Order: sequence, then C-alpha cells, then structure tokens
Amino acid sequence: MKIAIASGKGGTGKTTLSTNLASFMAEKRDVVLSDLDVEEPNSGLFLKSELFFAEDKFKMIPEWNNVDCTLCGKCQDVCNYHAIIQIVDTIMVFPELCHSCFACSELCPTNSLPMGQKKMGELQHFKTSTFDFIESKLLIGEEQAVPLIKQTLDYVDENFSTDVVKIYDSPPGTSCPVIEATKDADFIILITEPTPFGLNDVILAIDTMKELKKDFAIVINRYGIGNDDILKYCDENNIPIIGKIPNQRAIAELYSKGELLYDKIPEVKTELENIVSYLESHILK
Amino acid sequence: MKEIVVISGKGGTGKTSITASFAVLAGDDVVVADCDVDAADMHILLQPENIKSEDFYSGELAVIDEDACIQCGKCFDVCRFDAVEVINDVHTINELSCEGCGYCARVCPTEAITNEPLNVGKWHVANTRFNQPFVHAKLGIGADNSGKLVAQVKNIAKETANKNNKPYVLVDGSPGVGCPVVSSLSGAHFVVLVTEPSVSGLHDLKRVYELVKKFRIKAGCIINKADINKDIASEILEFLKEEDIVHLSNLPYDETFTKAMTDCKTIVEIDDSKIKEAISESWEKIKEILN
Repeated sequence: MKIAIASGKGGTGKTTLSTNLASFMAEKRDVVLSDLDVEEPNSGLFLKSELFFAEDKFKMIPEWNNVDCTLCGKCQDVCNYHAIIQIVDTIMVFPELCHSCFACSELCPTNSLPMGQKKMGELQHFKTSTFDFIESKLLIGEEQAVPLIKQTLDYVDENFSTDVVKIYDSPPGTSCPVIEATKDADFIILITEPTPFGLNDVILAIDTMKELKKDFAIVINRYGIGNDDILKYCDENNIPIIGKIPNQRAIAELYSKGELLYDKIPEVKTELENIVSYLESHILK
Repeated sequence: MKEIVVISGKGGTGKTSITASFAVLAGDDVVVADCDVDAADMHILLQPENIKSEDFYSGELAVIDEDACIQCGKCFDVCRFDAVEVINDVHTINELSCEGCGYCARVCPTEAITNEPLNVGKWHVANTRFNQPFVHAKLGIGADNSGKLVAQVKNIAKETANKNNKPYVLVDGSPGVGCPVVSSLSGAHFVVLVTEPSVSGLHDLKRVYELVKKFRIKAGCIINKADINKDIASEILEFLKEEDIVHLSNLPYDETFTKAMTDCKTIVEIDDSKIKEAISESWEKIKEILN
C-alpha cells in the first residue's frame, strides 16, 4: 500500500502529517516513510533515527571522447535540450541541461559519446525504533528533482515488500516533481489550510489528482483559522475530509523544535485515528 | 531597473504575503511578477484586472500516428522515460512521462512519430488594484519546463519595467531549490529570504542560501514568526552574521497575518499592526542597499 501526502501550497503540513502518521501507524503495522521532497527534505528533522545505509545517486550524461569523433554534428542536432553543442572542433556538454535520454550517445556514428555518471544527490536509509525512513537530497545547483525521486522510489520498491505501508512525503506544487512522487501511489492525502491561498492551491492539487485518476481525500491543517470555504468546496464536490488538525500556538512551537505532536496533543492523536480508520475502511485491507 | 526576488526554501513561510506588501509600499515604482508558476497566489491579494493572456509553448511531446505505426517496438526500446506504453498490442505515448527528447521519432522506421510543440501554460499581463503592472502565469497540470515559464514571466516583467521607467521589479519565487528557483534567481540584484525559526525553516534557509551564493547575489532575511522559538531565532541571526546576510526584520507570530490574507488584503493595509512597521522598515532597507 502506497500513500502519498501532497498539498499544492508549501508549508501546509505535509511533513507534520507524514512523520506523525508514519510513527502512529508503525505502532501496529510495518511502515516505511520516504521523503520525496528532495529539494528541501525535512522529515528527518522530526525523527530520532540511526543511519542504516547511504549511497550517492547519479544521473547519466554523455562524455566526449575526441579520438574517433569526426565532428559530424549529429549529437547537437539530436539533442532537444541544447545540452550538447559543437564549438569549432570541440564538443561541449552542459550536464545541467541534459535529461539523460541517451539519444546523442546511441546515435553517434563513432561511439564518441559514452554515457558516464554524474552525482546528483544522496540517498540515506535510517531506522527509527519502529519504522524505516528513506531520505534523498538533491545537490545544490542540480535543477532536476524528477530523476532522484524516481531512483528513491525504486530503492523503496526493491527493499520493502508490498505489504509494508509506504508513506511518501511529496514536494509542494503541481508540476513534474509532484507527478513523479504521486503517480504510483494507491491513495493521496492532500493537506491544506483553510485560507484563500490554501484553497486556491488545493484546488490545483485536486485537479492534478483527478487528471492522474487518483483516489484522494483532504486533511485540513490549522483548522479554525481563516474561513470555511474549503468545507463548502469539499461538500459541493463530494470530496471527503478525513482529518482536521487544530490551529494552536502549542503545535507551532512543538513543530519549530522538531517534535512529533500526537503523543503530546490529544486532539492530534484523535485526528490521526480518524485518518487511519478512513484508510482502513477504504484502502488498507 | 533593479530586480528583487523573494524566496524561502521552505514553503509557507510568508513569501507571497510579504512580496505583496512590498508591492503596496512601492506604489508606482514597481512591476510585480509572480514566479511561483505552479501554485501562484499573489493574484488573490492584488486582485489584478487582466490586460492580455498568451499561451506558452516549451518543449515537445511525441505523438504516434496509429495508421503509420507497424508496432515494431523500436520507440519502446529507446525511451528512457518509460513513456512508450503498449496497450492491447498498440504503442502509445504516456503524455505525463514523455520528456520530449525526440529520440523515438528519430529511430521510427515508418516516420509514424512526430514531435508536437507542447503548451505548458499561460502567462498574463494585468494591472493590480493599485494600478501596477503585474505579470503572472499558470503552469499546466503536471507540466515540465516550469523554469522556462519563470524566465518568460521575468522577461515580460523586465520589458514592462524598462518601457515604463519603473525602478523595481519585484519577483515572488517558488519553494525549493530546483529549476524554477534557479530560473527566478538568474539576473536578480537582491534576494529576500523569508524564513521562520523552526528546525525545517533553518535547514531550508541554509540550503537555499547555498544556491544564492552560486549566483553571488546580495541577500537580506526576514524572520517571520520570530517569537515562536527564540533559540532557533538566535541561531538564524548567527547564520546571517556568518554569511553577511542583512537582517531586514523580525515579524511576530500574529494571526493578523492570516486574517489579512483571509480578507484578501496585504498586511500593510491593516492599520497599526506591528508587522506593518517591520515590513515598511525592511522595504526602506532594501531600497537603501540597492541605491
């Protein structure tokens, strides 16, 4: 079972929900939590864990070998990303523009562009006392999050069986990194806050999940602040709201220190119970 | 013309509310650009009247002509993005997975595959309710190339500023450190980092500042909700000092911040709020640094 936690707007509580839900569910089930917000991963800041395994992650880029190159220009013609250009008698590769499609390398008539590895980030596998936690971090200056997210998901699939509950803390927004993080999930929880920004962005996220034909539900964070437009919207569109985390300064303070909430704030535990009971009756068999 | 970019690393620290407040304070001197193209919110506060909209095309998408396809599978073999799917023995393109590299079209023996220009969103030029030029955009669902759309929004904003002799372009960036953020930083004169004193706020600030350093852009920092965790707030101040980042101001944890947004107003339109004072002070400091 794969559950992705996403939001549209940043800072609405994805990491808070992911870490608390993973920890709470791990009391009764096998759980692995993966932080797929590889640009700014934060889940690890809220967990006490020990490092179990770490590896560098690479993307493949062409490396010019000038011995047999005839400077025919085919590589620059086939690259749709302008990541490879010929300047007089030199072939230059721009790794940050390369999408690793292999076209230049495999279509080169003299095999002068073998693909080589370039580090794009690091994956770390931690163990808390009750569950596993995987985090990947993009190197600063690397622009493409999608390949690292993909490799992180592969690592999780290879190392955990299908009966382990897999929770994905997803990146914000609605563009390609979110699609990558959610497209294989069985269920998506969209977390939002009851404000005009929260509503605007969760509608974008809802449209994205509909486009992906995903089963999803809403959790409202900071419930009590703002207005009740999100309640009306969900009611009119038959979207289930499966949890409401209250707006409390005490929660913001615990969060700021990197602490989990549900063992200290009873209302949060109640909401997690509601969320899990919804998941149990809908998707967890 | 000076370009000021507001970013944060972590989402939800108050970037958009603060950028919109700067816009109000800048009055006639500014062109505003919302470069958080996949979750744009500034229009909610600035309620712009639209002047013109244009589709934005970037990249390509492979399309298979079913009649010409002989189902040989060459496209499937070369695609590194798992974008060629075989459904009932028919090869089709998964539009969300296709990255438009064009490799499949080059190896197709019957020329059944063409690359079509991809519409990835729309950009708009508008006028805010304060009668300022406002450029914003909306990325299509799940679209790639958000960096290119950000660059387009910035270019239109800069052109508009030059044409109308506006001294400032104010850019609201997106969270993270990936392609849209890299694109929003390119060419900027000053970066405003909005953070909050939480373990994640500090962690993300440090990461995003590593990126800013690569661009060698002068930066200032606003600490929002500064009183929520005094220890981390002082750690942030320490970090700012070490890195020679200007501390612009501290904003208190105050629900007025959210209340203003709920009323679709900027915080600086709420009279006698402490936040208004702090943001005005920040804006004056930025102008001083830039001039």
